Amino acid sequence: MEDFAALIDALIYTRSRNEKLRLIAEYLRTTADPDRGWALAALTDGMDFPAVKSSTIRTIMKERIDPVLWSLSRDFVGDTAETASLLWETGQIGASGDVEAPPSVSEAVAILSAMTRKTAPVELPALLDRLDAPGRFALLKLATGAMRIGVSSRLGKVAFAQSFDVPVEDVEEYWHGLSPPYEELFAWAADGEAPPDIANLPTFRPFMLAHPLEETAVDMADYAAEWKWDGIRVQLVHAGGETRVYSRSGDDISATFPEMLGALTIPAVLDGELLVRGNVQGGEAGPGKQGGAASFNALQQRLGRKTVSKKMLSESPAFVRLYDALLIEGEDVRTLPWEERRKKLESFVPRLPASHFDISNIVKADDFEALAEIREGTRDDAIEGLMLKRRDSAYIAGRKTGLWYKWKRDPLLIDCVLMYAQRGSGKRSSFFSDYTFGCWNGDPDAGAELLPVGKAYSGFTDEELKKLDKHVRSKTVNRFGPVRETDKSLVFEVAFDSVHESKRHKSGLAMRFPRIHRVRWDKPVHEADRIEALKSLIRD
Amino acid sequence: MSAPFSWIRSEPWGIHVVPADAWVDPGKAVDRALVTHGHADHARGGHGATVATPETLAIMKLRYQTGEGPSGGETTPVQYSETIRLPGNVDATYIPAGHVLGSAQILLEHAGERVICTGDYKRRADPTCPPFEVTPCDILITEATFGLPLFTHPPIEGEMAKLMERLAAYPDRCVLVGAYALGKAQRVIAELRRAGHAQPIYLHGAMEKMCRLYEEHGIELGELRLVSDTPKDEMRGHIVIAPPSALNDRWSRRLPDPITAFASGWMHVRQRARQRNVELPLVISDHADWNELTRTIEEVNPQETWITHGREEALLRWNQLHQRRARALALVGREDEDE
Repeated sequence: MEDFAALIDALIYTRSRNEKLRLIAEYLRTTADPDRGWALAALTDGMDFPAVKSSTIRTIMKERIDPVLWSLSRDFVGDTAETASLLWETGQIGASGDVEAPPSVSEAVAILSAMTRKTAPVELPALLDRLDAPGRFALLKLATGAMRIGVSSRLGKVAFAQSFDVPVEDVEEYWHGLSPPYEELFAWAADGEAPPDIANLPTFRPFMLAHPLEETAVDMADYAAEWKWDGIRVQLVHAGGETRVYSRSGDDISATFPEMLGALTIPAVLDGELLVRGNVQGGEAGPGKQGGAASFNALQQRLGRKTVSKKMLSESPAFVRLYDALLIEGEDVRTLPWEERRKKLESFVPRLPASHFDISNIVKADDFEALAEIREGTRDDAIEGLMLKRRDSAYIAGRKTGLWYKWKRDPLLIDCVLMYAQRGSGKRSSFFSDYTFGCWNGDPDAGAELLPVGKAYSGFTDEELKKLDKHVRSKTVNRFGPVRETDKSLVFEVAFDSVHESKRHKSGLAMRFPRIHRVRWDKPVHEADRIEALKSLIRD
Repeated sequence: MSAPFSWIRSEPWGIHVVPADAWVDPGKAVDRALVTHGHADHARGGHGATVATPETLAIMKLRYQTGEGPSGGETTPVQYSETIRLPGNVDATYIPAGHVLGSAQILLEHAGERVICTGDYKRRADPTCPPFEVTPCDILITEATFGLPLFTHPPIEGEMAKLMERLAAYPDRCVLVGAYALGKAQRVIAELRRAGHAQPIYLHGAMEKMCRLYEEHGIELGELRLVSDTPKDEMRGHIVIAPPSALNDRWSRRLPDPITAFASGWMHVRQRARQRNVELPLVISDHADWNELTRTIEEVNPQETWITHGREEALLRWNQLHQRRARALALVGREDEDE
């Protein structure tokens, strides 16, 4: 555990990407199995110990320190694991006297895996007592999944590839067919043994992703356009007699959409948008003239569920609108140009049940101006925008410049007033960077009140954040634990993708993906928008 | 007979000693200021009269021309443990606070009541100033910069060892240590000398005068050289000290591949170090940590504690949990998050 903790600390304080790669690679080369595999899992995908969550740590801490002092500390640090690891050090909490030697990474993993909700409040503290401060921090980070130390999952894989001099593409390909501590992967890369066989496993392949189009204009001779549907991007895989549905991040969400599992019975890996039936997206009135889908709001009811009721399955059945194919009947088509993949996909789709699959239509436009006009004219609320795909592009994992672009619809805008602020986490800890804003419930000059309509954490520059942080600190009128209420003197122009009815908020409205578009330092608050203005933007 | 302690008031601009019409560490120019120490959020120029230790007055002369020329105002030096009589029958005694050179707690006595303004203070040993002295009083007006239980400053020896280890491991680079120009820089230098580091130490230009002032007051800092007078290669394998603002500034390009260090109590929190792009965090603070703050309240054992600035909510809570009377003062212009 000490070496792993030292690695984590070194990574935190290292700015250079190359230096981070060097540090991880060296650890992987010099550490034995299975410790290095667990460490790699922690650095990349994060590990999951069902009995140990942030809330477990909170509960443990609140039994050992005054809950108010805990909350103030946690709020200041912006990270539960770090707060706990620092507080343990005060000598008021940790064990005194002889304790067992620090555990190895694999021993810690074994102990964490064996914990239950009942035993964790006793066993986790015992484990913490065996470690020093960096060790406790590393352990709690490992135990709760998200490391947040400036190392992406991708960086971990690149470091693995570098440390054993193997192609990172191969690592990505095998990765999802294996599980921690990845002993087969190390055997292949470090000891030259045969590569892991994943041909008959329903594993996830990394998605090809798009860059925002921004100021670029493209030649329609080189690019094809299709709608960007407002569902969730999924990968459907059938191999070895099993079907899986993966989310964009590679999470297995098959249990959430069981109706899709029986729908694909031919070995294939398909890329598409998961939607639920309805008449909003691509319905009769829609520009796509396709089988209708419901709005994202309807789909949202089905997300994040581990089990699905029969009622839900019949009321909001899911289907996939296909964009692309990676493998068809066991044949890897990723190296083919998009145009050829598209032809193969078009001839493959009729073999799939129409109840569960259709193909995303191509948007025909002679030139870029014509396409821009089509995009402008789209009133179909739940289409997010357009995708532009280079006709000769192979299916390449990740976000390679110039191949695919996303061209989102212009966002909706509304002027809101800053009401509450909270400190951010991670890189933004200490800064008041999470803002709750509201609109007027009537005429502000006739005594109307502000009602909260949303929350945003993004859209401003670091410079603006400093100014906003200062604003919150100097304009605080009330404190509710970590939340500061401000004097409501600042207007935000808030951009968002759509707005829906919601029982969750007092205003009865919920915005989708709100972000700060502009900070209107100049605008008087009584000129901010009213709730009715926001309500009029509801489309479903 | 007026109500107890009505002669001392907390105002947004500082602590007002009413019968003397004097202010402790006022945030704006006043007729009579009682200054605890030379940091900018406690000391400023333009006062009619400034009462402080000779060292603090020397620092204020350097920074704000206090006592110089017609606009510099009058100065009244007070030695440690010396008591002076202010108008309105108020006695003021300056007591070491252990924060930086010249730093003092100010004990104010009037009508048999005793109030102490600690200014900033610490309870650790510091080769550049005499240690904090526990003095009984009725009202303790304390700082709370590191007033959260997670702040326990480690022993400085360990932090010095980290610095010297890193220096030895990279003989072709230099270690650039960010440190506040008044106090922290000189303490780090003096601690390096105490740890046996005899090589020259290189200074950012903004540090030079304050270091000379410390030397004039008998603090030995060894051989100091200016970065601006030194060829780049000469600094390889050496320590460079600069104000924190210079760490990520263009200025640092003149250094040979610097490793960025920062000497501050905030470095205890990993994310704070990351925000400042610090590669070598040195947890060195001139403020009391949580245990020192609470121990001081227990040892001084006042009837009531007033908390001036910092994380006052947590210290208030601690007082509440220990059945001690306390309140937070809302002073304007104290630095909130950064030392």
